[in-house]
Amino acid sequence: MSEVNSNSNINEAVTPSKTITTMVERDMKKVSNAQLVKKILSNVAIYLFLIAIAIIVLFPFYWMIISSLKSLEEYKLSTPTLFPEKIMFVNYVKAFSQGNLGTLFINTVYVGVVSTIFSLVITVLSAFAFARLEFKGKDTLFALLLATMMIPGELFTITNYSTVHKFGWMNTYTVLIVPFLVSVFYIYLLKQNFLQIPNELYLAAKVDGTKDLKYLWKVMIPLAFPTLISITILKMMGSWNSYMWPNLVTKSENMQLVTNGLRNAFTEATSGETDFPVQMAAVAIVSAPLFVVFLFFRKYIMKGVSRSGIKG
Amino acid sequence: MTNESVKNIRIKWDGFVKKIDAFCHKIKFDSWKGWIYLSPAIVLLMIFTVWPIFNTVRYAFLEGYEGMAALSGKTFEVGFGNFEYVLGYQNFQRCLFNTIILCVLTVPISTFLALLIAVCLNSIKFLNRFLQTIYFLPYVTNSIAIGMVFAAMFNIVGYNHQNIENSVSLGIVNNVIQFFGGEPINWINMYSGYWENIWVMVIYIVWNALPFKILILLGGLQSVNKQYYDAAKIDSTPKWRVFTKITVPLLSPMIAYVVITGFIGGFKEYSSIVGIFDADMGPPGDRGRLNTMVGYIYDAINGASKQYGRASAAAIILFIIIFAVTMVNLYVSKKKTHY
Repeated sequence: MSEVNSNSNINEAVTPSKTITTMVERDMKKVSNAQLVKKILSNVAIYLFLIAIAIIVLFPFYWMIISSLKSLEEYKLSTPTLFPEKIMFVNYVKAFSQGNLGTLFINTVYVGVVSTIFSLVITVLSAFAFARLEFKGKDTLFALLLATMMIPGELFTITNYSTVHKFGWMNTYTVLIVPFLVSVFYIYLLKQNFLQIPNELYLAAKVDGTKDLKYLWKVMIPLAFPTLISITILKMMGSWNSYMWPNLVTKSENMQLVTNGLRNAFTEATSGETDFPVQMAAVAIVSAPLFVVFLFFRKYIMKGVSRSGIKG
Repeated sequence: MTNESVKNIRIKWDGFVKKIDAFCHKIKFDSWKGWIYLSPAIVLLMIFTVWPIFNTVRYAFLEGYEGMAALSGKTFEVGFGNFEYVLGYQNFQRCLFNTIILCVLTVPISTFLALLIAVCLNSIKFLNRFLQTIYFLPYVTNSIAIGMVFAAMFNIVGYNHQNIENSVSLGIVNNVIQFFGGEPINWINMYSGYWENIWVMVIYIVWNALPFKILILLGGLQSVNKQYYDAAKIDSTPKWRVFTKITVPLLSPMIAYVVITGFIGGFKEYSSIVGIFDADMGPPGDRGRLNTMVGYIYDAINGASKQYGRASAAAIILFIIIFAVTMVNLYVSKKKTHY
């Protein structure tokens, strides 16, 4: 009797537990099915959103390129064409001659290259002094330099404008290069990089009687090369994009940089009418070098930018 | 030469080197060397950074200081005249208003959008690098040049004031609006409204500001500890809650950084407006309507009389505003950031 009872007990105990497990399994399955659907849906939504944003981001570039290849008549059509009917490369030729882009390019490249070279030399020397040499007041000086980074550049512009006026530098390459040779931020960036190089290397070199400059050239610079490339690119991009200062200090057309010459070159003074396709061609010409640089040095640019927060 | 004499020379040379070493030690040359390496940087910084700080403050407190008048030997009284003039000047108030409006609109919009994009981008694998590169493209542009492209997209060719639909070409943005059944809007042409102008600026500035913010926030997300998300998964926490309770708090230092740099950049807004509206800083027929603080400073020094005094006062006001906003941001973020 007791056996039977216990048996039935066991049976009773087993059956519900069995159903429970199957129910749990079924629920799990249901949940995972629902979750799967949910996951797919949310993934689709995410991709749709990201691709929509990508289209919005890319659209101005697309519009710039196809507009630059249209004829003015086609550009003015009330229903726009999404691809030019007749491709007008002549717009680019026009843009180059009409906008005086040749001179502007040469000026900008010259200013960019010269200021980058000098800026690199100054930055390397300063960063080395801060990272490796011992002298009185080093930390105070560095803190003071960092403090100047807080002040907006416009505050310097006013006095610098009057200074270069007094120096008689107006309308020269000097005025476009010299005032911006030292960047506290670049010194800071490179100093941090130099500090990562073990000091033992420096001490060993000293024991061997290696001169500081030789050590700097043979060891420090090769090791910090990626940072130097980042600085070079950011500096070049800076001079390519600078607008306010060149516009202030260069009044003659022969000394202007690309950005200054670009804005008004394609609006006819008499009628105020703009030849949009040619204007867009000029914009594309000015933008192209930046894209080429970006394609080749994407890693360095993104690395440099993520540490700077400064445009140019 | 005998071995002896070579030895002698050697000893003499060593003695000479030791003497030089001692001399260098005596004048503390090692300590000077640092300054020698720094000298080019210091000379340039003295002229173009340190001196301007003092001199600009001096200009600001010399009442009505003008470059041209100063050259002819005029002297100026010390006082708060420039600040009073600038703050009471309608044109400056407009510049201040425009700048603040642009900041208040663009910083939250771009930060929120960048956060959303970064979180989405971080959750996918396929196309990740590709999309990341695309989103970064607006950064490597010339803000004047691409501003001109935006202007062309919003511009109405042959604008007809009586009937906007009869204009020659409405521009691609209006075409898109019409495609979705909306009314075309006069964005930037003559007689356009102030808020239409502002929205064009906001769209352009946000488009331009996204790359940097996405880059920083994505970098932050990639360094977040995955354990928090695994824990949330086990608890089957809803996505929105994960976003507000885990992602945002963990990212808060990066968000604070992005907001602060956004405000600093926003208060210095200038060249993007030149890109769209030309150096007139406004639609045709309403010159200077969208001028900003930096634009005001620039106009003051670029004018014929070179009003350095007023420009300096405006620059110092700009500095104080940026400083105050940064401090408030830091204070708030210190209270709200979780590490």
